Parts: sequence; C-alpha cells; structure tokens
Amino acid sequence: MVATLTRIFGVHNIALAEDVVQDAFCRALEVWKFRGVPENPAAWLMAAAKNRALDVLRRERTARTFAPELGRLLESEWTAASLIRESFGTEQMKDDELRMMFSCCHRRLPEEAQVALILNILCGFSVSEAAEAFLTSRLAMEKRIFRAKNVLAQSKKLFDIAGRDDFNNRLPAVQRALYLLFNEGYHGASPDSAVRQDLCREAIQLTSGLLEHPFAATPATYALAALMCLHGARLPARVAAGDLVSLVEQDRSKWDLPLVSQGRQYFERSAAGAGLTEYHVEAAIAFTHAMAPGAEDTDWGQIVSLYDHLMSIRPSPVVALNRAIAVAQHQGPERGLEEIRQMAGQERLRSYPFYEAAIGELELRGGRAEIAAAHFQAALALARNSMEARFLEQRVIECRHQFGPRIKT
Amino acid sequence: MSDYIYLYRGGETARSPERMQETMQKWLAWMKMLKDQGHLRDPGHPLEGRGKVLHGKQKTVTDGPFAELKDIVGGFTIIAADDLDQAVDLAKGCPIFEDDGIVEVRPILEVSV
Repeated sequence: MVATLTRIFGVHNIALAEDVVQDAFCRALEVWKFRGVPENPAAWLMAAAKNRALDVLRRERTARTFAPELGRLLESEWTAASLIRESFGTEQMKDDELRMMFSCCHRRLPEEAQVALILNILCGFSVSEAAEAFLTSRLAMEKRIFRAKNVLAQSKKLFDIAGRDDFNNRLPAVQRALYLLFNEGYHGASPDSAVRQDLCREAIQLTSGLLEHPFAATPATYALAALMCLHGARLPARVAAGDLVSLVEQDRSKWDLPLVSQGRQYFERSAAGAGLTEYHVEAAIAFTHAMAPGAEDTDWGQIVSLYDHLMSIRPSPVVALNRAIAVAQHQGPERGLEEIRQMAGQERLRSYPFYEAAIGELELRGGRAEIAAAHFQAALALARNSMEARFLEQRVIECRHQFGPRIKT
Repeated sequence: MSDYIYLYRGGETARSPERMQETMQKWLAWMKMLKDQGHLRDPGHPLEGRGKVLHGKQKTVTDGPFAELKDIVGGFTIIAADDLDQAVDLAKGCPIFEDDGIVEVRPILEVSV
C-alpha cells in the first residue's frame, strides 16, 4: 500500500504515503474496537486508504507537488479519482512493489540500509520489528531507516522499471538485498524463530514477485528463488521444540515438500543461460542436500566441489568453513580439521560461534572429547541467543559424557 | 435490568501499530465478554474528534468540542445491568484505563411501569 501511494504522491512524499496508510489503519482499528473486525480486513483497509488518498489529493493539490509524471493527471478531480482506483488494482500494485524494491536498492545506500528499507516499506515491518530481526536497538534502526528514506526522497523519482538498461544494472543489487534478507532469517541471530521464518517467507515472496517481471526473471533470479525455497524447506526441521538441530541430525520428514518441489522447478529454470552465479552454486548445494534421503546418503564429494566453485566466485571465511565441514563429511574429521587449519581469514570468524563449534564437532568425531569440549565451551561464550546457547551446552554435555568416565578411573 | 450508557473520554495517545492492535484485541475481548453475559445492548460507536457546536437562541455555530483532549467524548456503548453498582463494576474491565482514559457511567432515564 505504501508502495502504491508513494508512486502517486511521489517518492519525496514517502512520509505522506505512510501517514495515509497509518491513518487508515488507526481509523479502522478504532471502528473495529466497537463494531468487530470485518471478514476481509485487508480489503477494508485498502478501501479506506484509497479514500483517504483521494481526500489528501483534493485537500493538498495546490500545497504539495506530487509525483512529476502524474502531476498533470492529478490536476483534475475526475482523473485523480480514476488514477487512484486504477492504482489500487492488483496488477498495478505488483508493479509498484517492484518499482519500490528497485528504488530501495539505491546506489547511495549501504546494503544493510537497503534491506532495512525493504523490510519497512514493502514487508510492513515496524521499526522495532526490523530492529528485532537484525538484533540492533530500536534507535539504531530508526536512524538507519530515517537516513535511507531521506536519500530516497532526494531522488525525487521512483525507479523507472520500464528502462531495460537501468533495470539490468540494478537487478544484482536487488537480488543481493533479497538474498541478505533471506539469510538474516535463515542464519541470523534473532532469537525468536517466528521472526526468522517471517523473514524467510517475505524474502521468498518478494523474489517470486520479481520473477513475474519479464526483465527480472533471469537465470540468476531463478537460482536465487531456488536456493531460498530449498533452504527454506528445511526450516521446520531446523528448529525442533525451540532447539537448533544440525543438518545431519534433522528429521527429514519434517521438510516442507511442496517448497522442495517448487525450489526444484526454479532450479531447473535457472539452468537456462550460460552465466553461473553464486546463487546457482548455492542452489545446487541446497539441491544436493534436498535430494538425499539422509545425511549419510548425501553426495558429499559433489558438495565439496560445489563449495570449491563457490570459493572461486565469492570467497569468504564462512564459505571456507562450510567447505571444510563438507570435506570432513566426505573424507573424515582429520581431513576436515586440516582444511580448517589452512583456511585464510580465520580471524574474521573469531566471533562466529559455529567456527569453534565446527572444530569441536570434528575433534569429537576424531575421538578427542576433552579438546572438543573446550572448543564447544569457547563457542558457547560467543552464542548470540538462547537457542544457540542451548544447542552448544548440549554439545558440551555430550563431550563430557564421553570423557567423563575415563577421568574418574 | 436497566440500561446504562458508557461515555468514553480521553485515552487516545499516539502509539505504535502493534500497541494499537493489542488495544483493539482487548476491546474486542471486553465487548465479547459483555455480550456473552447478556449485558451488551449496543456496542455503540467511536466518534470523530472534531465537530461543530451549536448554542444560544441565535444558534451560533462554532467549531468544537472545545474540551481538552482528555475530556472529549470519544465513543459510547449501551449496556444492561441490574443497577448502577453492577454497571460500574462491569465498566472496570474497560481497556481504556490502560491508556489513562475515563468511563462515565450514566443510567438511561426510564419510567418504570
């Protein structure tokens, strides 16, 4: 709704668009308090926002400058009303969302601000919800969003999705922002699993919205959608009774099968072009996992070579760590440990609890429970939320069980 | 059973959407409770904050109401209760108090026959 109103009012009036939506929402809740919630609250709100927008246009036509390309249409009462009606149609709203998505990924905004804006404007997350999702303070998030909206407002115009060159130039930034949004949900540190699933769901929804636009439906976007679906399908099994469950131990019957097959379809369509992006490789890794009935049936050799590929496209310490874990699955814990020792950029993982945890896991499998316990203990000190802490505590206890009896004798 | 009107005053402050949704849920729950217990005659309506005031023989029209925000009637509900005491007791469940609002309980004038 904010996206549509912003197109009508112009991006420099983004605050006005938000006010209109907020106002419609406030009035609706006030009435519902007394009269009960109607059967279709979303449609009700939409109608209320539409009328409110028309009011604002009538009242402030002279006082404000609205979107330059629509200014002329808004001059007359009659065309303004029909423009608003047309703008609230579902087709137009999809386009507006896309336009907004591209506008949020403004070159002058840092990636984290782009993601915050998308969450706030397109997914309707409040500042405090966005702060919660990114584990930052409300104040910091408020500043981040406020600054980003200012940058957006200065550009006066929403991104034009009709120009193919501009579109193609900005598409990678949009893909990247959606990828980060998904990752925040999947790996992020937010303790509340409901928040995390929300983020993943929103990212999947926006990405499939992106696929509906002919320019945006590139092999890379398909690969991005595929990796989100295939990873997202594992979410229900990843958290069991509020506890983290490692991939190896997940109950695979809990995987979301419709999402797996959706991901599979996207994955097949991603193979159309010659270009191989990091999203392709990540989707292929997720696909290999999804196709295996159990951890022991996984083609770990294939996964190691995919990680090799990923390291050549987008190297990072986390990718290297995941690669080392795959090597351990494939060739045993000693080889995995060797890979970890040879990794570059280890110092960047120092605050990442799963770096120590991975070493602990491999030491434990190598039969050195006491050393493993120390690593898990170090990881525990870095845990970012109670779910991680419980997971790591369990691992420490598991290690103690194994070396405990020997100490007593 | 006699009828009483609840006049709601004040209790409106700028709040976050989450808080507002929470408040609405509380109101809905309260209304439902009144209804389930057979006390709700008419859930009533919320009122706009602005309006006009007419007064005097000249029927002068001014913008109003002039009262302070906390004194402006923001809505009403009609309930049925055994007596004023029960009507007051029932009003204590109103979520408006969490927002420092006021409930005025007034018996609706009736002639018993």
